[in-house]
Amino acid sequence: MDFLLSLELFLQVAAQMGTHILFATLGAILCEKVGNLNLGVEGMMLMGASVGFYTAVHTGNPYLAVLAAGLMGAFGALIYAVITVNFRGNQVVTGLVLTIFGTGFAGMVGRNLSGIALDEKVISAFAAKPIPVLSEIPVIGKMLFEQSIYVQAALIVAILVYIYLNKTSFGLNTRFVGENPAAADASGINVTKYKYINILVGGFLCGVGGAFLSLVYVPRWQDNITAGAGWIAVALVIFSTWNPLRAIFGAYLFGMLRGVGFKLQNVKIGNFGFSAQILDMLPYLATIIVLVFITKRKKKENLPPESLGNPYFREER
Amino acid sequence: MFRVVKKDELTHKKEIMIRISAVILALIFVAIVMTIVGYNALEIFSNIIKGSLSSKYRIVETINKTIPLTVLSLGVAIAFKMKFWNIGAEGQFYMGAFGATFVALNFSYLPSPVVLTLMFIAGAICGGLWALIPALLKTKFETSETLVTLMLNYIAIKWISYLQYGPWKDPNGIGFPKIATFEKSAVLPKVFGIHCGFIIALVLVVLVHILLTKTKLGYEISVLGESQTTAKYAGMNVVKIIIIAILLSGAMAGIAGMMQCSAIEQTLNDKLSGGLGFTAVITTWLANLSAPLILVVSFLFALLLQGGAFLQSAMQIPASVAEVIQGIIIFFVLASEFFIRYKIVRVHKVEKGAK
Repeated sequence: MDFLLSLELFLQVAAQMGTHILFATLGAILCEKVGNLNLGVEGMMLMGASVGFYTAVHTGNPYLAVLAAGLMGAFGALIYAVITVNFRGNQVVTGLVLTIFGTGFAGMVGRNLSGIALDEKVISAFAAKPIPVLSEIPVIGKMLFEQSIYVQAALIVAILVYIYLNKTSFGLNTRFVGENPAAADASGINVTKYKYINILVGGFLCGVGGAFLSLVYVPRWQDNITAGAGWIAVALVIFSTWNPLRAIFGAYLFGMLRGVGFKLQNVKIGNFGFSAQILDMLPYLATIIVLVFITKRKKKENLPPESLGNPYFREER
Repeated sequence: MFRVVKKDELTHKKEIMIRISAVILALIFVAIVMTIVGYNALEIFSNIIKGSLSSKYRIVETINKTIPLTVLSLGVAIAFKMKFWNIGAEGQFYMGAFGATFVALNFSYLPSPVVLTLMFIAGAICGGLWALIPALLKTKFETSETLVTLMLNYIAIKWISYLQYGPWKDPNGIGFPKIATFEKSAVLPKVFGIHCGFIIALVLVVLVHILLTKTKLGYEISVLGESQTTAKYAGMNVVKIIIIAILLSGAMAGIAGMMQCSAIEQTLNDKLSGGLGFTAVITTWLANLSAPLILVVSFLFALLLQGGAFLQSAMQIPASVAEVIQGIIIFFVLASEFFIRYKIVRVHKVEKGAK
C-alpha cells in the first residue's frame, strides 16, 4: 500500500516535470510533420517563457500570459518559416540561429524580472486542484486529476494533435506535404499554406511550453530557465516516433529522469552508484537507439517524414 | 504572374555585393530595434568594435575566439561538402578535449613537445572516432546523421560533466568539482603573445583548402555531395570516402578541443566550448564551405562574441543584446542567399502555357 501511494505521488510529480517538454515536443512534431526540422525549439521556448512571465507580472492575468507566450513562440516560428519556406534557407542553420536569437531575446526581456514574485492570482490559477472522485482513482488519479490545469491542458493538446494528424483530412494533407511535397503540390494542396500553419502552431506550443516553467513550475524568472529542455524535446520527437500519444509517455519519462538525477546520486546499490550526469545522458542515448532501430526496420509509420530537412522548390520538381 | 527560377552562376563580385547589402540592411534594422527598445544603437556598435579591437589584450582575446571557431568550421565544411550534415562538432570538440586531457593528466612528466604531440594526436583520434559513429550508422542503416550527431553532442557534454564531477575530480579542489589544472608541459606555448594554436589554425586552413579544391579525395567528396549515384557509377568506393572524410571532419573538431583545453582553460570542464560547435555550423554555412572565407567569417563572429561580452561591462547592457544582434544579422544573410541562388522573373500567361 505504501508503495502504491508513493508511486501515485511519483507519477503526479513526473507529469509536472514533463509538461513543458510535452508541449514543446508536440510543437516540434507538427513542424516536422510538414518536413521542417526546426532546431529553434529551445529558442522559442525561452521567448515564450520570458514574455509569458513579463505579461503575468504586468497584467496579473494568467490566461493572457499564456496567450502572449504562445504568440511569442509563434513569432519565433514565423521568422523560421519566412526564411526556410519562402527564402529556402537551410533549416538546420536557421533553427540554430533561432535558438541563439531566442536566448538573447529572453535575456533582454528578463533583464529586470529576476527576483520578482508572481501575483497570487496567477499562482492560484495554475495551482494543482483535486477533482472530486476522479482524483481518488488509485495510481493514476493524482497524476491526471489532482494537477495544475496546465498539465491537463498538455495532455488534452496531445490527444488533439493525434486526432488532427490521423483522423482529419487537414492532418492527412499535412502529412502528405511532409512525405512528398511535390506530389502534394501536384494534387492541388497549397504546400506553403500547410507549412506555415503547422510551423506557426508548433511555435505557439513551444512558447506555451516554455511559459509552464516560468509561470508554474519554478515560478520565477531566471536566465536560461529552460536549461536545454528544448533539445530534449527535439530528441523526444524521434523517441516517440512522431507520435503525439507516445510523446506523453516519453515526456514524463524524460522529465522525471532530469528531475530525479540529483536525488538519486546519493543512492548506492552495492558498489554501484547512480551518477546524475549518466542519467542525464540516457534520453539522448535512448533516442539514438530508437532512431537506429526504426531506420533499420523501415516500418513506414515509424520513420521520419520523407522530406524532413529538405526545402521544397516547385521549379526543381 | 511571377515565377522563381534558378539563377546561373553569379559572378563572385555580385555575390559578395548581395551579402554585404544584407549585412548593412540587418545593421539598419538592428539600429531601429535597439532605438525602440531604448538603447543607443551607435554606442552599441562602437562598443562592440572597441571591446574587441581597441587594445592588445582585447585583440588577443578576439583571436583566441577565432582559433577554435575556424578549426571547428573547417571540420564542418569537409562534412558539408559531402552533404553529410554533421552538426556534431560540439560533441567531437569535447571528445577531442577528453582525449587530450587524458594524455595531459597521465603523461605530463614527459618532455613538453612529446606531451603536446600526444595530446594533439589523441584529440584528433577521439574527435574523429566520435564522428565515425554517425557515419557508420548512416552507411549501414541510413540513419539520419543530422539527428544522430545532434544527440551525440549532448552525450559528449554529459560525459565530460561525469568526469568532472566523478572520476577525474581534482582531490585538491577543496570539494569544488573541477579537473586538475594541467602541468606546464601540457600547455601550448605562446608565440607573439598568442597561443601557437593560431599557427596550427592557419596551416589547417591552407591544408583543408588544398584538400577540398586540389586533391582527388576532395574531388570525390564533392562528387559524392552532388550525387551518390554518380559517385557509385564512377566506380568510387562510397563507404570508404564517407568514412575518411568524416574521420577528418571529426579530427578537426577534436584538434580544436585539444587546443582550447590546453591553451585557454588549461584544464577540461563542461563549459569549455560555450556552444562554439554550434556556432561553427553557422559560420561554415555563411562562408559557403570555403576554407579561406571560414577564416574571415570566424573572425567576424569572434568580434561579435568578444564585443558582446564587453557591452556588459561598458554599458551595463546584458550580453544577450549581442546574441540578438547576431541572430538578426544572420537571419538577413540567410534570407539573402535566396537572391544569390534564385531570381524572380515576370512571365506572361502565354509563355507559361507554352512551357
